[in-house]
Amino acid sequence: MAVWEALLELADDHLVLGHRLSEWCGHAPMLEEDLALPNMALDLIGSARTLYDLAGTLEGKGRDEDALAYFRGERDYRNCLLVERPNEDFAHTVLRQLYFAAFMKPYWDRAMTSTNAVVQGVAGKAGKEMAYHIRHAGEWVIRLGDGTEESARRMADAVEALSIYVDELFDSSDAAQDAEKAGVLPVRAEMREAFDAVIADVFSQALLTQPDVAYGQRGGRTGQHGEGLGHLLAEMQSLHRAHPGATW
Amino acid sequence: MNLSGESDAGAAWAAAAAVPDPEVPCVSVAELGILRWVRLEEGVAVAGVTPTYSGCPATLAIEFAVEAALREAGFEARIERLLSPAWTTDWITEEGREKLKAYGIAPPVNGGKATLFGSVSVACPRCDSLETERLSEFGSTACKAQYRCISCREPFDYFKCI
Repeated sequence: MAVWEALLELADDHLVLGHRLSEWCGHAPMLEEDLALPNMALDLIGSARTLYDLAGTLEGKGRDEDALAYFRGERDYRNCLLVERPNEDFAHTVLRQLYFAAFMKPYWDRAMTSTNAVVQGVAGKAGKEMAYHIRHAGEWVIRLGDGTEESARRMADAVEALSIYVDELFDSSDAAQDAEKAGVLPVRAEMREAFDAVIADVFSQALLTQPDVAYGQRGGRTGQHGEGLGHLLAEMQSLHRAHPGATW
Repeated sequence: MNLSGESDAGAAWAAAAAVPDPEVPCVSVAELGILRWVRLEEGVAVAGVTPTYSGCPATLAIEFAVEAALREAGFEARIERLLSPAWTTDWITEEGREKLKAYGIAPPVNGGKATLFGSVSVACPRCDSLETERLSEFGSTACKAQYRCISCREPFDYFKCI
C-alpha cells in the first residue's frame, strides 16, 4: 500500500462530507444556516482539492483532482461511512459534523508537524476551520438536545443512528499505517482522548448520553459503502461524466 | 523600463500590491497579507500568493488579477501558490485593519486564544461599542461572521480570526 492511497482516503472523507453539507444549500431551516452549511462545505471541499492534487501527484499516473473526484465509482471511494450518512433531519446533520470535526481538529493539529509540506499547509488552515465547525455544530447539538421534547427526542435518535460509525474514524488502513510510519499523517488511534473530551463536554451540556457501541460499522476504507454513497456520487458526477473536462 | 533590477522588483511589487481583494475591495491583497512577495526570476515577475480559507472561491480570481496587474505593468508574470505557512489574520496590516473598519467590517480580534465555546469581544465598527452579539458564525463570505451592535443596533460583518 502506498502513502498516496492514505491521502485519497482523507480527501474522500472531505469531499463526501462537503457534498453532503452542500445538499442543504437552499433548503436549510433558516437563512443563517443556509450560509453556514455551504461555508463549512467549502472548507471541506477546499481541503479535499489540495489532498487530491497531492495524492494524484504522488501516484504519478497523471490523475488530477477532477479525475479522482469524478471518475471513480463507489467501490473505489475510500471515505469512512460516517461522512456519507444522509442528512436526514437537522439533528443528524449537526451531530455528523460534530463527530467529524471533533476527530479532525486534533488530527490536523498533529499534522502540522508532517514530513510533507503540502500536508502541513492543509493542516495549518484546516485545524483552525475545524475549531469553528466544532463550535457551530456543538452549539446546535446542545440547543437541540437541551431544547423541546421533540428536539431532544430527535437529537437522541441521531446519536443512536450515528454513534455506530464513530469507531471507524480511529482505524488506520494499511495505507494509512504506511503514511503514519513515514510521518506524513498522524496516527488515527491517538485522537481518541481529544475526541472523547469534546464529545463528553458537548453531550453533558446537551443532556445526551453516549451509548455503548458493541459493534461499530466499518467498511468504507475497503470500498464497502452504504446505499447512500452511490446516489451521492451519481448526482455529483453526472455532469462531468456527460461532459468530460467541463469547466466553468 | 528601469534598468536597475532593484527598482524593477519594487515596481513589480507595487503593481501586484495595488490589486484589490475581489470580495472586500476596500483593502488590497498586500494589506490582507495574501500577497507574500514578488521576485524577479530571470526577467519573470513571480508573485507568491497564499489562499485565506481552504475553500475560498476567490483564490483563483485573486491569482488571475495579480498576474494581470503584473502583465499590465510590463512584466512577464507567474504565480506561485503558497500553502505553508498557512495564512493567518495576523498578517493583515495595521492599515488594512483600519480600512476594513472604515468599510464597516470589524477587523479580527487578535491575541485572544479562542477557547472551544468562548467568545471574543468584537467592537462595533461604527460606534466602537463592545456591546455586540453574534448573529451567525458564518457570514456572506467564508472569512466573515455576522454580528449586531446592541448599542447602535447596526448589523455588521466581523472578519473572523484564524
